[in-house]
Amino acid sequence: MPSSPHLAIETTGLVKAFGDTRAVDGVDLQVPTGAVYGVLGPNGAGKTTTIRMLATLLRPDAGTARVLGHDVVDEPDAVRRRISLTGQLASVDEELGGHENLQLLGRLLGYSRRQAAARADELITAFGLTAAASRLVKNYSGGMRRRLDIAASLVVTPDLLFLDEPTTGLDPRSRNEVWAIVRALVSQGTTVLLCTQYLDEADQLASRIAVIDTGRVIAEGTPGELKASVGRSALHVRVLDPERRDEARAILARGLGDSVHPDPDPVGLTAPVADAEEAAEAISALTAAGVPIGGFSLGQPSLDEVFLALTGRPATDETPEEVAA
Amino acid sequence: MSTAATTSPDTPSTTPSEVALHAALASGERPPRVSAPVACLAFAGRSMRKIRHVPEQLLDVTITPVLFLVMFVYLFGGAVAGSTDDYLQFILPGILVQAVLFTTVYSGVTLNTDMTKGVVDRFRSLPVWGPAPLVGAAVGDLVRYLVAASVTVIVGFALGFEAGGGVLGVLGGIALVMLFAFGLAWVFTTLGLLMRSPSAVMNTGFMALFPLVFLSNIFVDPSTLPSVLESMVDLNPVSHLVTAVRGLLGGTADAGDIGLVLGEAAVLTLVFVPLTTRMYRRA
Ligand SMILES: Nc1ncnc2c1ncn2[C@@H]1O[C@H](COP(=O)(O)OP(=O)(O)OP(=O)(O)O)[C@@H](O)[C@H]1O
Ligand SMILES: [Mg+2]
Repeated sequence: MPSSPHLAIETTGLVKAFGDTRAVDGVDLQVPTGAVYGVLGPNGAGKTTTIRMLATLLRPDAGTARVLGHDVVDEPDAVRRRISLTGQLASVDEELGGHENLQLLGRLLGYSRRQAAARADELITAFGLTAAASRLVKNYSGGMRRRLDIAASLVVTPDLLFLDEPTTGLDPRSRNEVWAIVRALVSQGTTVLLCTQYLDEADQLASRIAVIDTGRVIAEGTPGELKASVGRSALHVRVLDPERRDEARAILARGLGDSVHPDPDPVGLTAPVADAEEAAEAISALTAAGVPIGGFSLGQPSLDEVFLALTGRPATDETPEEVAA
Repeated sequence: MSTAATTSPDTPSTTPSEVALHAALASGERPPRVSAPVACLAFAGRSMRKIRHVPEQLLDVTITPVLFLVMFVYLFGGAVAGSTDDYLQFILPGILVQAVLFTTVYSGVTLNTDMTKGVVDRFRSLPVWGPAPLVGAAVGDLVRYLVAASVTVIVGFALGFEAGGGVLGVLGGIALVMLFAFGLAWVFTTLGLLMRSPSAVMNTGFMALFPLVFLSNIFVDPSTLPSVLESMVDLNPVSHLVTAVRGLLGGTADAGDIGLVLGEAAVLTLVFVPLTTRMYRRA
């Protein structure tokens, strides 16, 4: 049965268990071609396991997955000919130089020795790695390693690229560089499956997002749809004194209810509000009570709030485990 | 470095330029699929480059055989064989075998280390012949065997070893040891995929190899042993290899001895290559 031609990835009921852990527990995905598709989830959600099954590295326990029209179990080689993978662990050889890595892959992908060297030169230049071309990759900075890792996936331009947390651990500048590369790639027609735990990254790059948690897709849609599903705007307040944040939270809760919650930022608070008036009243309550604030803003709910609305807990919160411990 | 630190080694790389990026992305056309031999050679080249980057990794391959040779010849030579010269004639082919066989354990250690790195995921997601990374590494390891073998033979000659088999005999002996080592290394790559850490592979590997090496005819003539031990030594494939290599180096090569070793190497290869390959793909 041929799958629809406009789908780069189509999975039904994908399952993978490691012992008692159901790492992927019935994932259905429809990833359209020609865009970034975000897979968003916290640590241990099953993102990497999903990618590894789609990239033919891991056999699913149940369910089916078609990648660019080919079944990952029955036709792994056909899949491999059209995909590339930049894994969560650096998927380049740390004991070789950057140029050597690209040249090796060029040879393995069918270029002649000369073509492989020329292609490696071209990518080294394009990815701003000229100064480090012959340096061993283990001596690269995190940002350079990531760029090389992505370049290694583009020795032959793939139809589908898997990127597993490409900006984890990068500084903002390196992160922006990676984002620019992803955008350039998509503008040339490559589909990108991007796994991330950063909500703003998915928001920035992806045209559709699947939110996964404990091996299941708990929401799917465009970033706009996901935000709309929360249905309210978000008021962000920054108090000046972190000591007084709890006090501020209590004051806000009087007008806005229990859903006022602290941000990871020690002076930040976020609360869903129905409209601008409700927000203005909440802010005046704070100033009336004499709690100095550094600033506030009213915006679309972030994906963090989407996650909170979907699961009842923030994406980055470790509290359940801490309570259990 | 002699120059002052005017440029930091961590000089920030230039930001990728938009234009170059788009051009590079547009020109990555897919060439035809690579053939299996070329893929294997590319992976063998990977091992070579690593040796070139860190030549020190050949140090133990080089030093161990020298130590063993000198130690055994001068420490035990007089006691075991009456004279160090006679003992050198007897033991050199054995030390050659031992030096190369010990090196095979590293194939398993290297693979085990590789498996913990993300680069294996990339290799396994490439459209190349599945066993190529393993076969390529095994071919690359032949270089280590060659180094260990050459060092042993050269030191042997320096100490006064006389090869009745001539140049051809010596080359043939080295080739036979390398072939057998190629087969044996697959046992350790299988082990490398079973064990959880490189040091576990190393310990288990040497634990398996020590009895094979010491319960062989490398150091003593088995006819001097109690009969139980003697029959164990005679069954040991390492003894078969040593006998054949002694023949080749000494100019008394026996086709039956060599054939037996070739058969044993073939069995090791045919059993353990598919095993390792299957485990590598499923890992
Ligand atoms: N090889 C394995 N053996 C045992 N358990 C595993 C294995 N790989 C993953 N798991 C478990 O499966 C679950 C999902 O892991 P996975 O790596 O897919 O999550 P993830 O979403 O990629 O997380 P992260 O954001 O931390 O990378 C986790 O509970 C993990 O411990
Ligand atoms: Mg992961």
